[in-house]
Amino acid sequence: MTQSTPALRLEGIVKEFPGVKALDNVSLSVMAGEVHALMGENGAGKSTLMKVLGGIYQPDAGTIYVAETPVVMSNPLDAKNKGIVFIHQELSLAEELSVAENVYLGELPRKSVGRVDWKTLYEKTDEILRRLKVSFNARTRVGDLSIANQQMVEIARALTVDAKAVIFDEPTASLTDAEKLVLFEVIDDLKSQGVGIVYISHRMEEIFKITDRVSVLRDGQYQDSVLTADTSEEAITRMMIGRNLDLSRAPVSHELGEVAIEVKDLSCGASFQNVSFKVRCGEVLGFYGLVGAGRTEIAETLFGLRQPSSGTILLDGKETVISSPAIAIREGISLVPEDRKTQGLVLGMNCRDNMTLPQIDDMKAGPFVSDGAEVALFDLYRDRLDIRTPGWRQTVGNLSGGNQQKIVIGKWLSMHPKVLIVDEPTRGIDVGSKSEIHKLIRELAASGYAVIVISSEMPEVLHVADRIVAMYSGEIIKTFTSDDVTEDNLIQAISGIKPK
Amino acid sequence: MANLARKRILTVMGNQGILIAFVVFMVIFALASPKFLSLDNLQSVVRSSAILGVMALGVTFVVISGNLDLSVGSMMSFSTIVVLDLHDKLGPSLAIPTMYLMTLGLGGTIGFLVGYLRLNSLIVTLGMLSAIHGLTLTYSGGKNMDIDDKAGTWFSFFGQGEILGLPVPIILFVALAAFLGVLLAKTPFGRKVYAVGGNSTAASFSGIPRARTVFTCYLISAFCVATAGLIQASRSMGSQNTVGQGLELEVLAAVILGGASLLGGSGTVLKTVIGVLILGFIQNGLLLIGWPFYIQYVITWIIIILAVWLDISVKRGKFWATI
Repeated sequence: MTQSTPALRLEGIVKEFPGVKALDNVSLSVMAGEVHALMGENGAGKSTLMKVLGGIYQPDAGTIYVAETPVVMSNPLDAKNKGIVFIHQELSLAEELSVAENVYLGELPRKSVGRVDWKTLYEKTDEILRRLKVSFNARTRVGDLSIANQQMVEIARALTVDAKAVIFDEPTASLTDAEKLVLFEVIDDLKSQGVGIVYISHRMEEIFKITDRVSVLRDGQYQDSVLTADTSEEAITRMMIGRNLDLSRAPVSHELGEVAIEVKDLSCGASFQNVSFKVRCGEVLGFYGLVGAGRTEIAETLFGLRQPSSGTILLDGKETVISSPAIAIREGISLVPEDRKTQGLVLGMNCRDNMTLPQIDDMKAGPFVSDGAEVALFDLYRDRLDIRTPGWRQTVGNLSGGNQQKIVIGKWLSMHPKVLIVDEPTRGIDVGSKSEIHKLIRELAASGYAVIVISSEMPEVLHVADRIVAMYSGEIIKTFTSDDVTEDNLIQAISGIKPK
Repeated sequence: MANLARKRILTVMGNQGILIAFVVFMVIFALASPKFLSLDNLQSVVRSSAILGVMALGVTFVVISGNLDLSVGSMMSFSTIVVLDLHDKLGPSLAIPTMYLMTLGLGGTIGFLVGYLRLNSLIVTLGMLSAIHGLTLTYSGGKNMDIDDKAGTWFSFFGQGEILGLPVPIILFVALAAFLGVLLAKTPFGRKVYAVGGNSTAASFSGIPRARTVFTCYLISAFCVATAGLIQASRSMGSQNTVGQGLELEVLAAVILGGASLLGGSGTVLKTVIGVLILGFIQNGLLLIGWPFYIQYVITWIIIILAVWLDISVKRGKFWATI
């Protein structure tokens, strides 16, 4: 079944960013008629590699071959015309237009005087749709389709060109089980037509179900390719981690205090179900899982941004209903949110005003905001967190990511919470600030805070957390302690495999 | 380097541009007409700007909170008609507070729709513009309102009176500007208005009650409109139903000219006052140099476009749009 020529071949691809070698001499062949899994941890270089393939980044060195012809891609459209097509996790369709218009967006067939040749458009689209064996036709409005069918439209779009390689990036993230089966059939079909398929996913079960070969990236380097039939979950996991984990260490144990927060059988619609855990004062509880596993939704529920459909939250042993952030704040819960730019900061405001925002009502001298009290508070946390800014008047939007994150952390530390929740504390910030923030989280726990850390990065949870909750599609699969946690166990748990 | 220099120029123009423009206009008009800088003329400009100015103060809060208020013109007509009508029925001391309450009721309705129901403020206030106009006409039966006994009432004080030689409308404008300026710049409430307008999600994540803040901004706007209606009614002692028509755009122009961003989160009361004065002086200056009255609408439009262009140029660091 596998033909001998590579549909897509990478040779010695290098991509460097200041201070980081994101891709280090990566070589990889995807055969025609093959489903090739590309795996690696977050930060291993998968997305950089995809951006190089899509013409968004230019490689610093190396060559890309499509059907053994060297190509240079200057932008995504160019990549598509050269036979490399992406099916993205997030759909990019115009919902109000018909399927046909979406499939041929920007390249509608024309008649004279610029009129659209609707007949040809619908015919050509229906022809493609027949290949995909879908239940809708070219005239259907895209907004009326299910997510899975919308994904089919994306795939149909890929088939308007003579695709040599189709790249699926976490395609099943938003699909139901039944919809997944349809997708897998389509992939099978493409495969039988001799297209090379790159399949990116964290989900082991899918990898073993549909792929022929697995290649692994780690820290920007190509590790190995193995036939899926000849390998095992454990072996792949080992390849993905494999490094000497100088970062990872059992967190220093210290005296733990009372249970600060306990959650019992908490559910919130489809986001998460029957979640139970406790965090003691002085403890860091890590939440690890894939994007969409329900971790952020739990944090938002504890902070009053979502209302649970059932279950209870106990603070200091007392059942508490948290119906708004204001109440969460009053009850001593703080949340450093996932996205500092849209949720954590008012970017146009200055550093001081951002930091004092949650307690602005308490910063009064008479009816007015006390300038002195605000500046004093800012100075205190600037020094404590080593925030580098020319002064409090600096607009927050002008600071680096690391310093912005420290402002958000300072903002919530200054509220002296009992429970501090940090969601993706180091996303998109440089390595130096990262380790400072990790150190800070450990120090906070040591000084008696109950801390919940949500992270998609395994080294991070291993490094900062005393115990780690592994989540998969809204459920807690297992809570690991430092005695039984291994990277293999963690990876398997967040891929939905229950430990034996 | 050239890039940096351009950014600096843009920043300076963005921050001080409105003052620079103000001075430039004053100089041009002063050179063109000797009467322009006379004390009498200056006072008459400020006095005639007072009604617009008072309304612009309130709209400043709404705009900083990230919303629009296009209903202030017809709301002002409403206040004027109501207070004139009630004056003869209840007497001035009851008519004035009743009119304030009714106007605040309208503002509260808008605040509820935009704040608590999260409806788009453009739609809500554009709808309110015509709904309130309809209310006013229904109330008055379409007739003009007049005070019967114009000589025998102290009601004319707000529009025509003077204290220590200063016209009362100017005093009301200045006092309200001072009070609201302090409210916006110095109190926790003011900070919340900036936070909600700057990033309402981040404000919510900080425990700031977004809905209540927006609601309060519309109440402030309605209070200012009621005050403007009071000045208008007291000055003319009679009115048509359409007295405030079109003022919503002039008010918005003054606020934008002052440098408040329509996206929310920026602007100050002082800047709005300057925006109001610029509009007033331009209209006055054009008259003094003998240009036809109606050309002021065109000139005002050009100035607003320039102000908005400058604002967006500073934000994106470039004069021209790309893509």
